[in-house]
Amino acid sequence: MVGIPCGTTLRNDRLSHSSERRPAVSTNLEQTVAAARQQLDEQTVKTVRLHFDPELGAPFWLEKAKTYDFDPLTDVNCFDDLKKFPLFEDDWLRGGPVTRFLPKKWHNEPKYVFETGGTTGTPKSRCVVRDHWIDYEEFSKTLPDEHFPPGSNWLMLGPSGPRRLRLAVEHLCQHRGGICFCVDLDPRWVVKLLKKGDVQGAKAYADHVIDQAITVLRSGHDVKCAFATPKLLEALAMRLIEDDSSIAEAGITGIFAGGTEFTPQWYRFCKEELLGPDVFITPTYGNTLMGLACGKPFDPADNFKITYYAPQPRAAVEVVEFDDYSKVVEYGGTGRVKLYTLTDELFIPGFMERDEGEREEPHEKYPWDGVSGTRPFHEIAKATTVGVY
Amino acid sequence: MIEIPVIRWGQPYESMDQQPVVHFETGEELARMHQANGGLIKMDMRKSARARDTLRQFSIDQLCEMVGKAADLYMESTLPLGNGTQTPQEFCRIQSATTGLPEHMCAFNMRKNAFVLKQMKPLLEALTRGLPTEILSRGYGMEDRGVMLSYQATTNVLGLVLPSNSPGVHALWLPVVPLQIGLVLKPGRQEPWTPYRMFEAFKAAGIPPEVVSIYPGGSDCGPAVLESCNRSMIFGGAATVDQYAGDPRVQAHGPGFSKILFGDDMVDDWEKHLDLMFDSVFANSGRSCINASSIWASRHTEEIANALAERLGPIAPKPMTDPEAGLAAFTMEGAAEAMNNQIEEKLNEPGVTEVTAKYRDGDRLVQHERCDYLRPTVIHAESPEPFLANAEYMFPFVSVVKCPQKDMLKKIGPTLVGSCLTEDEAWSQQLLDATNIDRLNIGPIKTVQLNWLQPHEGNIIDFLFRNRAFQNSPPPAH
Repeated sequence: MVGIPCGTTLRNDRLSHSSERRPAVSTNLEQTVAAARQQLDEQTVKTVRLHFDPELGAPFWLEKAKTYDFDPLTDVNCFDDLKKFPLFEDDWLRGGPVTRFLPKKWHNEPKYVFETGGTTGTPKSRCVVRDHWIDYEEFSKTLPDEHFPPGSNWLMLGPSGPRRLRLAVEHLCQHRGGICFCVDLDPRWVVKLLKKGDVQGAKAYADHVIDQAITVLRSGHDVKCAFATPKLLEALAMRLIEDDSSIAEAGITGIFAGGTEFTPQWYRFCKEELLGPDVFITPTYGNTLMGLACGKPFDPADNFKITYYAPQPRAAVEVVEFDDYSKVVEYGGTGRVKLYTLTDELFIPGFMERDEGEREEPHEKYPWDGVSGTRPFHEIAKATTVGVY
Repeated sequence: MIEIPVIRWGQPYESMDQQPVVHFETGEELARMHQANGGLIKMDMRKSARARDTLRQFSIDQLCEMVGKAADLYMESTLPLGNGTQTPQEFCRIQSATTGLPEHMCAFNMRKNAFVLKQMKPLLEALTRGLPTEILSRGYGMEDRGVMLSYQATTNVLGLVLPSNSPGVHALWLPVVPLQIGLVLKPGRQEPWTPYRMFEAFKAAGIPPEVVSIYPGGSDCGPAVLESCNRSMIFGGAATVDQYAGDPRVQAHGPGFSKILFGDDMVDDWEKHLDLMFDSVFANSGRSCINASSIWASRHTEEIANALAERLGPIAPKPMTDPEAGLAAFTMEGAAEAMNNQIEEKLNEPGVTEVTAKYRDGDRLVQHERCDYLRPTVIHAESPEPFLANAEYMFPFVSVVKCPQKDMLKKIGPTLVGSCLTEDEAWSQQLLDATNIDRLNIGPIKTVQLNWLQPHEGNIIDFLFRNRAFQNSPPPAH
């Protein structure tokens, strides 16, 4: 999906990288990879044309275009042409007016604003009309009905407030015909408690959150599905175990959980010890800018390795070299995660994520590059308080 | 490559997460530690009662004998380590290579641990003040004088969140298993060696391995231990100690701020005690909480500081294998530099002077490619007010503080070990009454000289057992 000139096939791209690392993919997979690539190119052109449209485009990009030595409307004809844009600067997303990234086409629609956690300073914000719904409707297609029965109710255990997660999970649940019971966790308050060393306060707050989840589960709401952050899921499961019950006995059959704390070891611990054999859990990785990346379906041969695939073509990720963000690493290589958002509501040509990881081969279900082993980018990991959920 | 698994109640567990342990000078990978996760620890702690039940199948006397045997194995045998084995010499070499402590100091700490194990029976007798051990095992018993006593264990296991750089602290948890209480160890990243070797020595000596868990791991493991064990010890800085102040479940070991106090009656003879001061500051590279970090006197402080500086100032880093090596390396990037910067900044305050500089050929901070050293530093403080008058650093650093005797007890602050040189009976009584001194030495005793028949920073018996009322027959009429 990356680093190739327009019109070149993926096969040629891989051969040009290294003949030794040529992936063992089937012809069928190669075809789906090529088709996905074509879809990404088309989405790129469509997105750029909207965001740089003189009448309907986004105020920010229309202003930026004046500084470029190329014309986005005519010179962007495929995904790789996005390399013509300078790197997207993190700080552009901080502060207002929040509608500057939203194409004027949507300015008269009801709007939401979502913010990131604020662990690296002033929160980054994003104005949205209905992208968060679409992201989760797309994600819904990846959930197995056997474990996430259509029509069943959900428990959403995680941050709401300025985060999009609550609304998005709730919409996913509604989209699948259920009612979502929500329990809030305010990560900014937990960060404050931890920064001042109030471990007891943080523990008391976590207990307060779990108390509410237990109340929902014991109130006859027929909850079968859940979203939870890894730490909250662990706390909920442990509380039920302490009470001689379990997640399975509480009636939950399917869970999706997300974040960099969903490590292979934690995945294994969940499957082998925490949840038991009857509860399905799938890793996801998402944020306000990208939507929801899906985890590669569990395969014992992977030894619990977690590989994420961005929701292409609405977003794409690359794993790029640490010292040159324009170069994609070899398959299996380690680099920083670079994000592209390509929706009708947001255009981001190359945002450097807080995470690093390894570049992974396309998968039959997700025929484009994936990323595994995501963890905080080593150069900024020390400066932030992570893992508060 | 040695691979070292997590130990879950005696059973090895190979984790998906592994971390390298590297040689601090060469960067060579010496071992890979399998990493636990917090949930796994909490899950295991649900079975902690089994550890105590298992240990109560043996008497405390039997367990004391077993740990005595373990002492010999720990000192002399080739013992398993993960997928390999380890001789005592290899143990010292690898511990030095990851902690930065010279090899002869590692060997010293090894001997200290073995001594504690060997002396376990008299040690417990001293710490329990002669309590018949079956009272701890059974929970109650009758004293010779006809009084019923009851001691209740406050926990099935003791959790320990251990430091990376100080192998000396391990002696604190050695009495736990003989007291029929299980062990849950979260080793420091650079010093997993003592917990693993001790576990193997215990096992070879006949102690059931299922009473010990060892959880190397990331930042969620320490909190999981503290949260799920009814009694824990943690080692850290002043902030850590403050965080757990008043929490009866946690004993936080931080900086000792140990001191030498000269009484007015003996300070004119300060030269006779120069060795005592030097050793108190310099032993174990000044890294222990029992090292003296300040010396207080009402007069002669300039001379004391100068005499100490003359001996400490020239001491420079040597190879870890050199039996004369006196300085430990700082293996954590930036740590030594940060301390050095703070000292330099605080030396700008009025009333403090560095005395060592004139006896040192070069800077205090010595930077190597992969580690740093801080050379010994003596500060003279005109009063207790400046920051450096009562600071503590993890290298031979001491401030000699001028303070009238009548003000000392008010000004010294918390003091783990106070070595007080006086024969003044009235002041001695004040010292005995001073609650800000934990371990009190009155007389010419170095701060680093421990008697293991005395409690160290809180009596472990008081921490692990509760003295309570118990009756199994109606009391006599009264």
